[in-house]
Amino acid sequence: MTPLLSVHGLTKTYGAQIGCADVALELHPGEVLGVVGESGSGKSTLLSCMAGHLTPDAGEVVFDTRAEGPRDVLKMSEPERRMLGRTDWAFVHQNPRDGLRMGVSAGGNVGERLMAVGARHYGEIREAATDWLARVEIAETRVDDRPSTFSGGMQQRLQIARNLVTAPRLVFMDEPTGGLDVSVQARLLDLLRGLVRDLGLSAIVVTHDLAVTRLLAHRLMVMKGGRVVEAGLTDQVLDDPQHPYTQLLVSSVLQV
Amino acid sequence: MTDQHYNFAYLDEQTKRMIRRALLKAVALPGYQVPFASREMPMPYGWGTGGVQVTAATLTPDDTLKVIDQGADDTTNAVSIRKFFERTAGVATTTATAEASVIQTRHRIPEEDLTEDQILVYQVPIPEPLRFLEPRETETRKMHALEEYGAMHVKLYEDISRHGHIATAYAYPVKVEERYVMDPSPIPKFDNPKLESRALQLFGAGREHRIYALPPHTKAVSLDFDDHPFDPSKAPHPCGLCGAETSYLDEIITDDRGGRLFACSDTDFCARRRAAGHVGPALEAAL
Repeated sequence: MTPLLSVHGLTKTYGAQIGCADVALELHPGEVLGVVGESGSGKSTLLSCMAGHLTPDAGEVVFDTRAEGPRDVLKMSEPERRMLGRTDWAFVHQNPRDGLRMGVSAGGNVGERLMAVGARHYGEIREAATDWLARVEIAETRVDDRPSTFSGGMQQRLQIARNLVTAPRLVFMDEPTGGLDVSVQARLLDLLRGLVRDLGLSAIVVTHDLAVTRLLAHRLMVMKGGRVVEAGLTDQVLDDPQHPYTQLLVSSVLQV
Repeated sequence: MTDQHYNFAYLDEQTKRMIRRALLKAVALPGYQVPFASREMPMPYGWGTGGVQVTAATLTPDDTLKVIDQGADDTTNAVSIRKFFERTAGVATTTATAEASVIQTRHRIPEEDLTEDQILVYQVPIPEPLRFLEPRETETRKMHALEEYGAMHVKLYEDISRHGHIATAYAYPVKVEERYVMDPSPIPKFDNPKLESRALQLFGAGREHRIYALPPHTKAVSLDFDDHPFDPSKAPHPCGLCGAETSYLDEIITDDRGGRLFACSDTDFCARRRAAGHVGPALEAAL
């Protein structure tokens, strides 16, 4: 079976500083991969390189496109890559303000991706927008309100709706629950888990929160200093950590 | 009387050449915003510095110039720009649309159909139609280059969701020759169908340093939704002075008891109709 995404030898340096070095991974359809590590371990750099926000120095990112099969994303032309970013890919930012248009209503935010790929029927766009708001548990009556009037958790759910409306096959998530309080986090995780299961999404979730990966991810990658130090099934890595850094990470989780 | 202290049409020859080069590029790429080295002009930004520079680069001594401001030939902006070129270029000026070879305009397209021999110069405050959604110039240029115009419809979507119809009444975006989305300057959307004209149309934005153009017979389609088609609406009245049913109207408050008069915003068009014997309801009542 062709992996949806396979990455080989991905390297990005900031001058003498290593962003990420020689990272390889494979992601199969329907699979959720968690990437954990401390701040500065290169997980966000890795995500940005894969999603095309940063240009890596070396390596390849091969995506199984709908039309032409596996292609190296980094060798695509910019219009093609941006088209991919609007259709088959989605990117959920840690801060919803980065992923939303704060001056545009919730419905407009969700509808934008549809309009970007050519939807020109107001009624249908609006219907899709209200439908998606309902799926992320935002009341239909809020469809014309601006995201600036939403709570942090609602903004994050709106961002997810905006990203999933074009039925992407691959979702990049950068700390999707960061900055939310614990009960809101739990609801969001529950929602995400439901969506991933129902839609058969593949996702790469970057987080420093091990609980998030335990709930969402099938497989786990642990990064330190820009390199992958350990990878495996989530439960296996968390319950039986092999690398000293992973052991440290797992043991430093606060128990209440 | 030409003021001999100035070069013909105020600007020096090198500056005019530079603007003409930008104009040629703009004509070659309809709807594309060409950057140019906009000069300081002896008038404030917002008074038509871009339009004046384009007019200066376009004028020849044989031209006849007409200047309109919101359709009128006798408002401050129109009068001062007309005087400016009378003094610095010594060209003939007129208020008659048909007699002019170059027309500088602000916020209107003349009612009378233009011909192949005429040039219409627009004063543009904000040339970038995507500015509402994307404040970064680097990003808007990329969006134009890659034809990423989905965001443009978000603006129209917001209009419908808030007002029930597309409430954008002026500066209504058009797609030029199925390529560039263009801001037609703040003309009422009533004038949008007239953008497909026999005349050459040049747009100058002085503060923003941009020039763009619509060559004659260029297709310019107003953006809309399938279920909310473009509607070039106007006030549902005849002109009070000349009785015209098809012209764009200004609403003029005439007293503090709710009295109002709808009159053609194109003063030349209105005067010409009255001279031909047409009388509107308001004028009739006054006689």
